[in-house]
Amino acid sequence: MKKYWMFFKVRFASGLQYRMASVTALSTQLIWGIMECLAYKAIAEAMGTGLPMEYSSIVTYVWLKEAFLALFLTWTGDKDIFALIQSGGVSYELCRPVSVYSMWFSRIVGGRGAEALLRSIPILICAFLLPGTLRMSLPVSIEAFVLFLVTLVLAVGVAVALCMFVNMLCFFTISPQGWRMVLLGSADFFMGNIIPLPFFPENFRKVVEWLPFPYMQNVPFRVYSGDLPVADLGPVVAKQVLWLVILVAAGLLTWKQVEKKIVVQGG
Amino acid sequence: MSLRKSISLYIRYAAVCVRSIMEYKLSFGLMIFGRCMIAFTEFLAIRFLFDGLTEIKGYTYGDVLLCFSVIHMSFTLSELIGNGFKTFSGIVKSGEFDRMLLRPCSPILQIIGTRFEIGRTGPLITSTITLCLGIRESQVHWNFLTAFTLLLMILGGTLLFIGLYMLGASFCFFTIEDTSILNALTYGAKEHGKYPIDVYGRGVLRFCTFVIPYTLVQYYPLQFLLGRSTSWVLGLCPVGVVVFLAICYGVWCAGVRNYKSCGS
Amino acid sequence: MITMEHVCKSYKVAKRKAGLGEVCKSFFRREHEVVHALKDVSFTIGEGEMVGYIGPNGAGKSSTIKILSGILTPDSGTCRVDGRIPWKNRTEHVRQIGVVFGQRSQLWWDIPVIDSFELLKEIYSVSKENYNRKLEELTELLQLSEILKTPTRQLSLGQRMRCEVAASLLHEPRILFLDEPTIGLDAVSKLAVRDFIKKMNREHKTTVILTTHDMQDIEAIAERVISIGKGQILLDGSLQDLQTAAGVFDVAEGSENVPGGDSKAIEKENTATQSGINLDHVMAALYKKLDIM
Repeated sequence: MKKYWMFFKVRFASGLQYRMASVTALSTQLIWGIMECLAYKAIAEAMGTGLPMEYSSIVTYVWLKEAFLALFLTWTGDKDIFALIQSGGVSYELCRPVSVYSMWFSRIVGGRGAEALLRSIPILICAFLLPGTLRMSLPVSIEAFVLFLVTLVLAVGVAVALCMFVNMLCFFTISPQGWRMVLLGSADFFMGNIIPLPFFPENFRKVVEWLPFPYMQNVPFRVYSGDLPVADLGPVVAKQVLWLVILVAAGLLTWKQVEKKIVVQGG
Repeated sequence: MSLRKSISLYIRYAAVCVRSIMEYKLSFGLMIFGRCMIAFTEFLAIRFLFDGLTEIKGYTYGDVLLCFSVIHMSFTLSELIGNGFKTFSGIVKSGEFDRMLLRPCSPILQIIGTRFEIGRTGPLITSTITLCLGIRESQVHWNFLTAFTLLLMILGGTLLFIGLYMLGASFCFFTIEDTSILNALTYGAKEHGKYPIDVYGRGVLRFCTFVIPYTLVQYYPLQFLLGRSTSWVLGLCPVGVVVFLAICYGVWCAGVRNYKSCGS
Repeated sequence: MITMEHVCKSYKVAKRKAGLGEVCKSFFRREHEVVHALKDVSFTIGEGEMVGYIGPNGAGKSSTIKILSGILTPDSGTCRVDGRIPWKNRTEHVRQIGVVFGQRSQLWWDIPVIDSFELLKEIYSVSKENYNRKLEELTELLQLSEILKTPTRQLSLGQRMRCEVAASLLHEPRILFLDEPTIGLDAVSKLAVRDFIKKMNREHKTTVILTTHDMQDIEAIAERVISIGKGQILLDGSLQDLQTAAGVFDVAEGSENVPGGDSKAIEKENTATQSGINLDHVMAALYKKLDIM
């Protein structure tokens, strides 16, 4: 366990240094968030009472999305591990006396965690200071906040496990970049990155909820604002845990196959 | 070098790029499909939002679709043509730009020629479909003038994005590595330009008129297109992008001069 | 053919320091350091000469080549190539020069070599007859006929370098710059490339300027050696002048100057490679003597 903590720490530290100068990235995200809020404001005014989610919840959702963007990146993230797969450098990883799957998992979590921590603090501060209808609100209750943190951790687990699974699948194709784009590009939509899930039509949403995607950012961000009431959370958290287990298991199983393939073919 | 010669050379470059990518057919197909699908999910989002809506600030579903398609088409075309500028920092770092300066033709031609990426055309499939939907469902009275305006909007948008890429590429000459602001301006415009700009309020409208002239290809011609204004001059607004492009070109030339005196 | 007079070039380089605090500071105020890449460099090269341009890393070799090829403008001094000022009449100038970078490819990775050549023909607007004639010649001399239809990515390094050299000569340049053309090549390919360069020079009077760290290249090709260090010309003369200057000319005595060397083994090597290894020691001794390392 200590080893994996080290991998996490190394990534975290290098992420910290790397991001020192990204004031521009911060302002970019702020502008992005403001634009999105303004669009939803116009939509809210037009929809009136038909709005499937309260406007203040939407604003909070938008800001949380911007703040924790790095945690839930799908196909644009984890460049170094992906490069390792493509270049065949993965055989070197096999030489290290640790489980490769766990090592990569902790490395991705560490990298994303560092990035998210650095980005989220300034963004959240700004989001709480913005005027009027653009301002992010406080969590609806203390229980909601605690559950927000719990579901956030689970959500990151699900997201990283999914990415790992797709990364592992990439070993079996001659066109990894293409598959990654198709698989994870569609994930963006189903996890509520383009519009929050409550805006999906009823029947469509019911189908989507059988997939792993809604158990990422969708859960914690809506718990925070009370859009997903604390009382109804039991089955949702259970599904999160279930998906986490399934995806990690799938990733590990594929990794076993990959390992065999590398040993046989030499990477 | 004459214009005709330049164009024929560009076509040759493009042909070589296409042949190169065809060496990897599966990858190419997946890229096209993936990008097309991502654009499709964006369309789906608009479709879902309009389930409970009849109009936003007076714009109907069809109007928004029209806007969405124009911006997406411009963006896709600009990526197809201007990809070389987008990836320019890599071209400089690998020393390829030095090589380009060693050849007796315009570096710009070589930059856009060598990076022609047909795989980026995926969203064009989606946006063509949404454009057809938009044309059918919007409030536009179609005649020669309005059709011409629509064409101008797409062309103007393409040039505007190319200008922005060129601006971003010029930054590489002044040792600014962080081009995230320009990325934000282009991707941001694609992402948020699907709604007519006045939806975002007056401040944004002003920014998009006086700082980066997005309104020239989107808001103003749209007013004419949708019959909100009878002045056909608004329909010709996209032509103004040429001025913006000229400014970007000026910055680019200054950058090249700086590169030649400072090296890499 | 080529004249360089009192050419100076300096760069401003941003200082970078370690540590988090320094990183923060540099965010607001960057400190610059001026590096003099070339200090008053002058030389002339006549038509048809083959010149080795040598010096340790960072001596100013590539700056010189960049100025001569028109990519870089110098701060002061004059430079004329064939009567042209390289950075002023860029397009006309580059038509007359060919450049081979040993470490970078100018061929398209995924398409057959011949298609890259066709594209170059268009870029340089070479007429059909000239192109066919030159291609035939190059194909024969460099033995390309079997590899022309192969995509570049499937070529070995030696095969690729032969194609690179051919690609740089399709437009029949009068001056050829070679930047480490034999780096990483096996013995056979090295010899082939060297022989070819000599042949080109003999038959077409192509002026060749070669930068390299491989002393055997210099020995095989260069009639004249220009050595540069810390931005200044240190030596301009024949290979023998170089060895005299280094003070280790005599092979037998030379071995004594080799730090930590087993003299018998080195003597053996010398006879085997015709003082090829020894030249590296000559250079090292020269650099050391002139205090430029």
